[in-house]
Amino acid sequence: MANSTQAAFEKQPMWAGGRSPFNVSYGKLMMWIFLLSDAFTFSSLLVQYGAQRFSNVVSPVTTKWPDPASIFNHFPFIHGVHLPLLFVSVMTFILIASSVTMVLAVEAGHRNSRKEVEKYMILTIIGGAMFLGCQAWEWYTFIHEGARLHSNMFGITEQGYAHLSKIDFGDPFHWADGDRTNGPVPFAALFFIVTGFHGFHVFSGVVINVVVYIMTVRGVFEKRGHYEMIEKAGLYWHFVDLVWVFVFTFFYLI
Amino acid sequence: MSTASLHSEHHTHDHHDHHHKESFISKYVFSMDHKMISKQFLITGIIMGILGMTMSMLFRLQLAWPDEQFGILQTLLGKWAVDGKLDPNFYMGLVTIHGTIMVFYVLTAGLSGTFSNLLIPLQVGARDMASPFMNMLSYWFFFMSSVVLTISVFIETGPASGGWTVYPPLSALEKAMPGSGLGMTLWLVAIALFIVSSLLGGINYISTVLNMRTKGMSMNRMPLTIWAFFFTAVLGLLSFPVLLGAALFLIFDRSFGTSFYLSDIYLEGVGALENIGGSPILYQHLFWFLGHPEVYIILMPALGITSEVISTNARKPIFGYTAMIISLMGISFLSFIVWGHHMFITGMNPFLGSVFMILTLIIAVPSAVKVFNYLTTLWRGNLRFNPAMLFSIGLVSFFISGGLTGIYLGNAALDIQLHDSYFVVAHFHLVMGSAAIFGMFAGIYHWFPKMYGRMLNQNLGYFHFWLTFIAAYLVFFPMHFMGLAGVPRRYYMFTLVKDFEIWGDTNKLITVAALVGGFAQLLFLYNFFYSMFRGKKATQNPWGSNTLEWSTPVEHLHGNWPGEIPTVYRGPYEYSRPDREEDFFPQYVPDESAPEVLEPVKTKSAPQTEEVKETEESTVFFAAIKKVFGLS
Repeated sequence: MANSTQAAFEKQPMWAGGRSPFNVSYGKLMMWIFLLSDAFTFSSLLVQYGAQRFSNVVSPVTTKWPDPASIFNHFPFIHGVHLPLLFVSVMTFILIASSVTMVLAVEAGHRNSRKEVEKYMILTIIGGAMFLGCQAWEWYTFIHEGARLHSNMFGITEQGYAHLSKIDFGDPFHWADGDRTNGPVPFAALFFIVTGFHGFHVFSGVVINVVVYIMTVRGVFEKRGHYEMIEKAGLYWHFVDLVWVFVFTFFYLI
Repeated sequence: MSTASLHSEHHTHDHHDHHHKESFISKYVFSMDHKMISKQFLITGIIMGILGMTMSMLFRLQLAWPDEQFGILQTLLGKWAVDGKLDPNFYMGLVTIHGTIMVFYVLTAGLSGTFSNLLIPLQVGARDMASPFMNMLSYWFFFMSSVVLTISVFIETGPASGGWTVYPPLSALEKAMPGSGLGMTLWLVAIALFIVSSLLGGINYISTVLNMRTKGMSMNRMPLTIWAFFFTAVLGLLSFPVLLGAALFLIFDRSFGTSFYLSDIYLEGVGALENIGGSPILYQHLFWFLGHPEVYIILMPALGITSEVISTNARKPIFGYTAMIISLMGISFLSFIVWGHHMFITGMNPFLGSVFMILTLIIAVPSAVKVFNYLTTLWRGNLRFNPAMLFSIGLVSFFISGGLTGIYLGNAALDIQLHDSYFVVAHFHLVMGSAAIFGMFAGIYHWFPKMYGRMLNQNLGYFHFWLTFIAAYLVFFPMHFMGLAGVPRRYYMFTLVKDFEIWGDTNKLITVAALVGGFAQLLFLYNFFYSMFRGKKATQNPWGSNTLEWSTPVEHLHGNWPGEIPTVYRGPYEYSRPDREEDFFPQYVPDESAPEVLEPVKTKSAPQTEEVKETEESTVFFAAIKKVFGLS
């Protein structure tokens, strides 16, 4: 019953005349509006992060906040080597590369080239899945290192900073006794919530992309005559990438 | 509401073929028709409203006669009212859930859910919402949310009881009070569902208004109701996600041992909790970033409805149409940067406090513009005092009397005395509670013929108005004096505090007035449900109104108009034009005396290229936006 009602709606013209002010379909407009709203959700999370972080600033140069470069310095299969932010850079590259393939899919859609859309969509899906896999490894390592929701042992003592300053990129590295101390508690919890919320968005994006891919393979869009659905999925995917740029900057770089 | 007869006449549109196949489920339950969804929102809102109002009656009884024993209460509430005396914890729960229901379920979803759904497609000339399916989901998320919240009242440990703002640590620690356990969890679930519903609805409202207007319906010809719903949806869309963020952190604090809002807390005086480093003030910032726009989400649809009703029933064009839009815009913008005035006494930096204070006081300007425009619209009009008009005038009255106290409360220095006192209760119950509910009643009385094809009984409407109006003032006006004397809100009883004993009689007066006000709502309910089935049949355009919704047939049909959607030729408020015989000139009636003008503003015949066809202001504005987002 519900389907027949919807089918009835698809057949009738929705825009009855005059000019549509945005000159875009309502579906694309809705996606834009949703992304605007979602941006505010992420903003509220990052505001929480900023508030916690600034409340731990001791002086213009010293902070109790842990140094991310000293924590995220692992790489799969390479043990005991100081490789700060290398792995997360690879992750970021993968995600941004998947955005590029998404652009190519949208462009192929404009040319109604189904084969190419399929190719680039599958690449985008692979990119998204790889990013999620990397994030799982990142979380696993972080928890393995001792990250907990209710405590933080990543604070660095003066001895620890002295130790770190002698280490170069790629040197073998292990923390010595007394290098570390307790730091601000919400550090790891914020990391998990914000990257987790972002990861959830990536996961939803991958699911959306898979659905859209299946629809492409089945020729739904070819029958429809346009590939606008790819564009909508693309808008979402680019947004998720853009958010990652902010998350990456806040949690890893500064 | 069979539309079979209409079908046989108009079978130009193929969607009518599907019409008679509709089953009960798809027509009344999982309906995707915006008119049915608006009725669903209205009925659910009314049921929640009855619940919220009953709760207020219960705690008013407690405040007026704290030592009295009401046998009936024990019968009704059992363990919550042993010996007929309300349990203090349950009192807190009642206050909390009363606030939550009234703010979110009645005046947000019940008001803007009902009238946005009903009026946006009908007044802009669209067959339905942009996405009828999402619209249906929006209602059902709201319904689930209402069910979860209602269930939370009936659980053993009681509903959430830390006030409708659910500040941590009361809300974050399960042991803080009985309601902070399961009740609080259910509250958070309900609000999360509510946010999803409001998001789905808001996306739909905005894209329908922007993208689905009929021919000739430019933005500067939209009725003010649509403008109000549009800004309301934008506010909801941008502020509710922040509440979602705040709730997410709260959930983690409650269930996973994080310390976002918690630090240095002693429970029952023994040993500090492990949580350190968090800040409960941060929750308040995030909450009020939603909370302040929320009061305009409540009020603005009511203001929009009032503009429409007052103009129609004064038989005059609305005074200052553009000023009304700009003031709505100003209110919307300012509402995002004044949240700090709820937090003056949190130890906020006094400089920041004065910034928030100045911004808050600036809101008085657009608000005053609206009030003066209502008054000047009424001035020397041919007023028709039907119930909808009376309720609209009532709204203006509450908006003035409640708004004036807002100027007091907005002052950081005065707020030290007045914060969390009955003065605040009086202020917001007048300016957003009573005003918004009067706007909702105005809307119901005005558009009931459109919703159900029948008229409400006018005489019952008059009784309803006068009893409610007088009762509301009798309830809330004395509270100002209590607040000035320092009586704090949310207290279970005042007989234990010697200084407050003198307010006993005032409390009794307030409760009696509240009971009278509650009785008046029974008149309304009787009128509403009786007229739905037995009321006088409505005519096509019972109020002689200009807007598009009155061009649709009285009997509802899917797709709203049997044939073509009418074209719009002029603005919505052309009443009593001297060159017309009738005192109204509907938007959809072409002017026979003048040549047909489809485009709203004639451009000075500049050379028009293919790309730049129109230079109308809104077009330029949208072109700029399109360019920024790369949409063209």
